[in-house]
Amino acid sequence: MKTNSGIERILAGGGFVVTSECGPPRGADAEVIRRKGELLRGVVDGVNVTDNQTSVVRMSSLSACVILKGMGLEPILQMVCRDRNRIALQSDILGAAALGINNVLCLSGDHQKFGDHPQGKNVYDMDSVQLIQVVCRMRDEGRFLGGEEVKGRPVMFVGAAENPFADPFEIRALRLGKKVKAGCEFIQTQCIYNIERFSRWMEMVCERGLHERCAVLAGVTPFKSAGMANYMKKNVPGMDVPEEMIARMKGVPKERQAEEGIRICVETIQRVREIPGVRGIHVMAIEWEEKVAEIVKAAGLLPRPETRVGGH
Amino acid sequence: MIVGNRKDFGEILEKLGPARRVLVLGCNECVTVCGAGGEREVGVLASELRLCWKKEGETFDVKEHTLERQCDYEYIDQIRGFVNDYDVILSMACGAGVQYVAETYKTKLVLPAVNTTFLGVTIEQGVWSERCQGCGACILDMTAGVCPIARCAKSLLNGPCGGSSGGKCEIDNELDCAWQLIVDRLKEAGRMDRYEEILPVKDWRTGRDGGPRRRVREDMRL
Amino acid sequence: MRLSYPSNVKVVKVPCTGRVDVLLILRAFESGVDGVYVAGCLEGECHFLRGNLRARRRVEYVKGLLEEVGLGGDRLEMFNMSASQGQRFAQFAQEMTERIRLLGPLPVRKAPGNG
Repeated sequence: MKTNSGIERILAGGGFVVTSECGPPRGADAEVIRRKGELLRGVVDGVNVTDNQTSVVRMSSLSACVILKGMGLEPILQMVCRDRNRIALQSDILGAAALGINNVLCLSGDHQKFGDHPQGKNVYDMDSVQLIQVVCRMRDEGRFLGGEEVKGRPVMFVGAAENPFADPFEIRALRLGKKVKAGCEFIQTQCIYNIERFSRWMEMVCERGLHERCAVLAGVTPFKSAGMANYMKKNVPGMDVPEEMIARMKGVPKERQAEEGIRICVETIQRVREIPGVRGIHVMAIEWEEKVAEIVKAAGLLPRPETRVGGH
Repeated sequence: MIVGNRKDFGEILEKLGPARRVLVLGCNECVTVCGAGGEREVGVLASELRLCWKKEGETFDVKEHTLERQCDYEYIDQIRGFVNDYDVILSMACGAGVQYVAETYKTKLVLPAVNTTFLGVTIEQGVWSERCQGCGACILDMTAGVCPIARCAKSLLNGPCGGSSGGKCEIDNELDCAWQLIVDRLKEAGRMDRYEEILPVKDWRTGRDGGPRRRVREDMRL
Repeated sequence: MRLSYPSNVKVVKVPCTGRVDVLLILRAFESGVDGVYVAGCLEGECHFLRGNLRARRRVEYVKGLLEEVGLGGDRLEMFNMSASQGQRFAQFAQEMTERIRLLGPLPVRKAPGNG
């Protein structure tokens, strides 16, 4: 055990991890976070807090993490490289560790073109692989990127994301390999709809032994409607939604599509759990946090193990 | 070459304000090749101005002149004899040329007629594409001859990101994913081991971030 | 076949419409004509393969310039016909003349001392 992360503790004990996510509000209302956090209490082992996802301005990830932490949840701080340079990123890592955040997820971030400020200048002083390296170096060697000594190391469990469905497919496991080489300890995948392609990717991951050095948490997102399934297929870059999924959603009347979406999600969890190398599930119920408990329960993943030692 | 794009006529007119004695000044270099500010574009813009002002019944004097370059003093100096006959110099060079003309004729109003866009190549007649951002520390040897700084929308040194789809970039499905191109070339060359190396965080001191740059070659100085 | 067409049409002969340059059209307007049309061969039948297609693209480009300037793109048009279609030539001359009559003379006001 390197850190105080509850996720690391479960993984170290050979357990199966369940995480979910919480998108901060487009405003300063802390209640929104508390409400979402309450829905996830006792249901998941860790809660990702997105960092201005899809480049839309929201309450900062770190602030929302601190609010969740205060409620006794285990937040995972998402950090994108789009908006901050190496100085700001390292500074925020120190701040997060000082505030008791135990997990960080290093991401490149969506291009600002998709957000509410497409006129903005992006930073990308580092990429996700380099950010992983920098955080690990601060923690393990006590050195900043610039070489100076870190006085009071940030002890965080370091994760990243990977999209097994983006192209070119054949390098997707190699790219995970780069993240693992950089020091990444857990990975959450893009939403899985094409299970066949996901298992092929997992085979490549296992062939390289990456699953032993880095815990793979399989990402799932329930469809709310056939329209959403269609939208994700057509408009979300790097998303692989097979035609039969859409047909299945369309096959049920509108008022029962949400239910069908959840059923598909639960079945997906049950199937990917059986794939060798999968160490957990990451449930991304986009603006549908109230359904996470139902999904996790139906998938037979409750109750969650107790990880907290004497509260926070 | 430096690629530019002529500004909209409306914007140029607005910038000109009441000025009617206008020297439209072209440049025979990059902006000529990319059809933004060479002799022909000078002719077109001057023609537009004359037609517009004729329509309004205005009195005007539009002079067309194109220099060999607007980034060398000796060429800029060639207009000294008649530059004072005009209220405004409408420069059709890249941003470097516009500035050098303004520096040379300190009391003259110099306006840009072109938006300078990128360092690029001609893809086909009439189509240009970005290739370089002048970072000052070339890494093309590491990236199979494809620059991720200039050609990846996120300038990722360890790409591709999760938005690469069918060889195209997530921000525009007409745009090639730079990392797909890099991987393709590495594969062709049998150098995929290169891909597995992590490229380090870039030192931006040689780029614009290190402050405006200047180059001196002592042996060439007079 | 003796066909008549409006006498206000002044024909500028070029070996191929591919020779019609952006500046050539602009200069015509500058010299005071009220409208310009380019009469090219039928598409796919250019002796120089793509001359008439290029001309069409240039005509579209100059239409944009005329719009920018405020003279209106309608004063410029591209027509296609074969050498044997005298009827069509006369018909387009008629059509264009009527169109320009409706638009009126090029809205250019006299100013002292303009070239």
